[in-house]
Amino acid sequence: MELADIINPNNLVYKKPKLFTENTMHYCPGCTHGVIHRLLAEVIEDLEIQDKTIGIAPVGCSVFAYKYLEIDWQEAAHGRAPAVATGIVRTNPDKVVFTYQGDGDLASIGAAEILHACNRGENFVVIFINNGIYGMTGGQMAPTTLIGQVTSTTPNGRDVGRNGYPLKITELIAQLPGTSYVTRQSAHTPAAIRKCKKAISKAFQAAINKKGTSFVEVVSTCNMNWKMTPVKANEWMVENMFPFYPPGDLKDGSRTDPESYKTLKN
Amino acid sequence: MTEEIIIAGFGGQGVLSMGKILAYSGVMADQEVSWFPSYGPEMRGGTANVTVILSESRISSPVLNAFDTAIILNQQSMDKFEPMVKPGGVLIYDPNGIIHPPKRTDINIYKIEGTMIAAELGNVKTFNMVVLGAFLKAKPVVKMESVEKGLQKSLPARHHKLIPMNLEAVQKGFESLETVQVV
Amino acid sequence: MGELRLMKGNEVIAEAAIRCGCDGYFGYPITPQSEVMETLMDLEPWNETGMVVLQAESEIASIHMIYGAAGSGKKVLTSSSSPGISLMAEGISYIAGSELPCVIVNVQRGGPGLGTIQPSQADYFQSTKGGGHGDYRLIVLAPSSVQEMNDFVELGFQMAFKYRNPAMILTDGVIGQMMEKVVLADFIPRLTDEEINEKYGSWVTNGRKPNRERNIITSLEMDSGRMEQNNIRFQEKYAKMEEEDVLFEEIQCADAEYLLIAFGSSARVCLKAVDLAREKGLKVGLLRPITLFPFPKKPISALAKQVKGMLVVEMNAGQMIEDVELAVGCAGNKVPVLHFGRMGGIIHSPSEVLAALEQKLIGE
Repeated sequence: MELADIINPNNLVYKKPKLFTENTMHYCPGCTHGVIHRLLAEVIEDLEIQDKTIGIAPVGCSVFAYKYLEIDWQEAAHGRAPAVATGIVRTNPDKVVFTYQGDGDLASIGAAEILHACNRGENFVVIFINNGIYGMTGGQMAPTTLIGQVTSTTPNGRDVGRNGYPLKITELIAQLPGTSYVTRQSAHTPAAIRKCKKAISKAFQAAINKKGTSFVEVVSTCNMNWKMTPVKANEWMVENMFPFYPPGDLKDGSRTDPESYKTLKN
Repeated sequence: MTEEIIIAGFGGQGVLSMGKILAYSGVMADQEVSWFPSYGPEMRGGTANVTVILSESRISSPVLNAFDTAIILNQQSMDKFEPMVKPGGVLIYDPNGIIHPPKRTDINIYKIEGTMIAAELGNVKTFNMVVLGAFLKAKPVVKMESVEKGLQKSLPARHHKLIPMNLEAVQKGFESLETVQVV
Repeated sequence: MGELRLMKGNEVIAEAAIRCGCDGYFGYPITPQSEVMETLMDLEPWNETGMVVLQAESEIASIHMIYGAAGSGKKVLTSSSSPGISLMAEGISYIAGSELPCVIVNVQRGGPGLGTIQPSQADYFQSTKGGGHGDYRLIVLAPSSVQEMNDFVELGFQMAFKYRNPAMILTDGVIGQMMEKVVLADFIPRLTDEEINEKYGSWVTNGRKPNRERNIITSLEMDSGRMEQNNIRFQEKYAKMEEEDVLFEEIQCADAEYLLIAFGSSARVCLKAVDLAREKGLKVGLLRPITLFPFPKKPISALAKQVKGMLVVEMNAGQMIEDVELAVGCAGNKVPVLHFGRMGGIIHSPSEVLAALEQKLIGE
């Protein structure tokens, strides 16, 4: 078989999304970020919203997310992406805005910003990558680190007495009246990736339709800092993360109707 | 001509709004004005004071330690501001709640039974307008019609029906000023 | 001639923002400046001009909302008082580092820590030397009247957009809480999205248009060579401000033998002190820096050749005096520069300024 027989349009099963830039990704081999970036690019392309989408990159491994998608981006300070997104979407109500945040950024230093943005029902999409560890700074404990999980700041495993409990922030977010669609996904198998893409697409459509905050958690791996091969990391995630952070929709509807509250008359 | 006034008493006596009406009256008379209040939690129930300056020319400092006139409505304010009246200046006070009357001999001192008159008028909230009237008798720095315009400007439209009552209180205060000492 | 009103300094900030075509205000309550947001919420500008007003969950959130909106080319403003500005320091550094325009109002109160709600000028260093991390400067305007509170909102935006740099209105509880007559500006319409694209299309992030490259707002640059170049560019910008945008006022300086130097509300107190001194036959003048950065070095240096002494009057322990000393000393002058400060929320009285001048300088 000649090379030309193999590389021909009929055999095409994978191509770079149109919205990907030429920049080489800086992520470690086996990292989930690349997959999710691709899903974002595909969704934005499918929904034809490239000219009105603004992404907010966090501080963490995905600090350079802005290098990879051909859209306008703002780089936020650590944890502040929901405030930045609020500023943009409030003054540009017809734009589509999303934040892309890790567990340290969203659930630790930025806990106040995410809770209040979701509680106000700010009209943007949150993509929350939860791999239970700080990747960029070298594998320290995150708020979502599991009990007993070894990190560089919990060398003997996370101890509740010393470090407190893992934070189920997505469950908290789902309780907030401003959120419309809250889901937990993963991206470790082709089936999971397809499902995850559907969820991201649905979240963006919720923003386009001004339904309030939509929130997609993607339970992910960090094989480097977990010190495992990518395959083993996926297995470890299914075995240990999924029981505590079970995939599935937590809320699927729209933000709470204000009429359902008792409104004080003045 | 510049008139530098301190109005001081308890929060709730209408000290700040009296200053405001005076300031508005100055604006209506085309004067330069400044109004600087004590602010923050201390005004809620504690002491409140406001410095009002009316002038024909650019006002320099809105914050002063010497006044042409002190309008004093409680003992703490008497203790604090009596010494700050300029020699030859004016001190007006309501004896209600004053234990130690002013002792200075180099200033003009007047009394106004504001609390009592307001009660007689049937609305204790007009207290500050009675005192304002008394001040205008001692120091006619703005005309009565400017006060009326000032009230219209400083009160929200929904309170405009209260203006006649307030003007009556100003008039009553104007007529009721008692001279204690003139230097 | 615009509309004449009697207003508090804080209330005027709100009116001026609406009238100058501001797109948004994001803030958090703190004494002594809460009237800014209260006035905006009362006026409901979203019905008239479309201006957004949002009470954020913290000063940290407010300033990052400003960052986001400013990055999309919008004309946005926040206000706070000293402790709140400390919380904003992070965002202000990012805004400066990402070269975004905005206006920040600091109605100062006394510190450090929770301090007092009474007026102070102790944030001079924080405002003029940066305040957050990194080598950056704010354009700092110091109003000394309610009228200037009004005028400096639009002026601040003009400077902020000219340099793509945050501008701060550094005021205090005196100017914020006092009422004076003010002539309000006429309404300027907010820019449309088309106008924003036309004017600022090279940098705004409001959705990538087919006719331009994607825009990225960031202060991050991992390549040290390029990061140094960014810093050099910032410094050139600050040097240009010093060349083109210094503002100050000289009062009775022509024949002055002694000079008071003060900004903001202290300058008002000193204005009275000048009058008191002149009544006594003392030839005293006042130099009032209006821009604290860029600082009016040249006029101070020039007056150093004329006067016998300078007294810097500030509601702090001695902050602006360092810039005065630099301006005086750089030109090789030997004139004495002394400081008279009050702290903790205490405002100088005009007569004590005069007394300090007589004792510290003239008495020598």
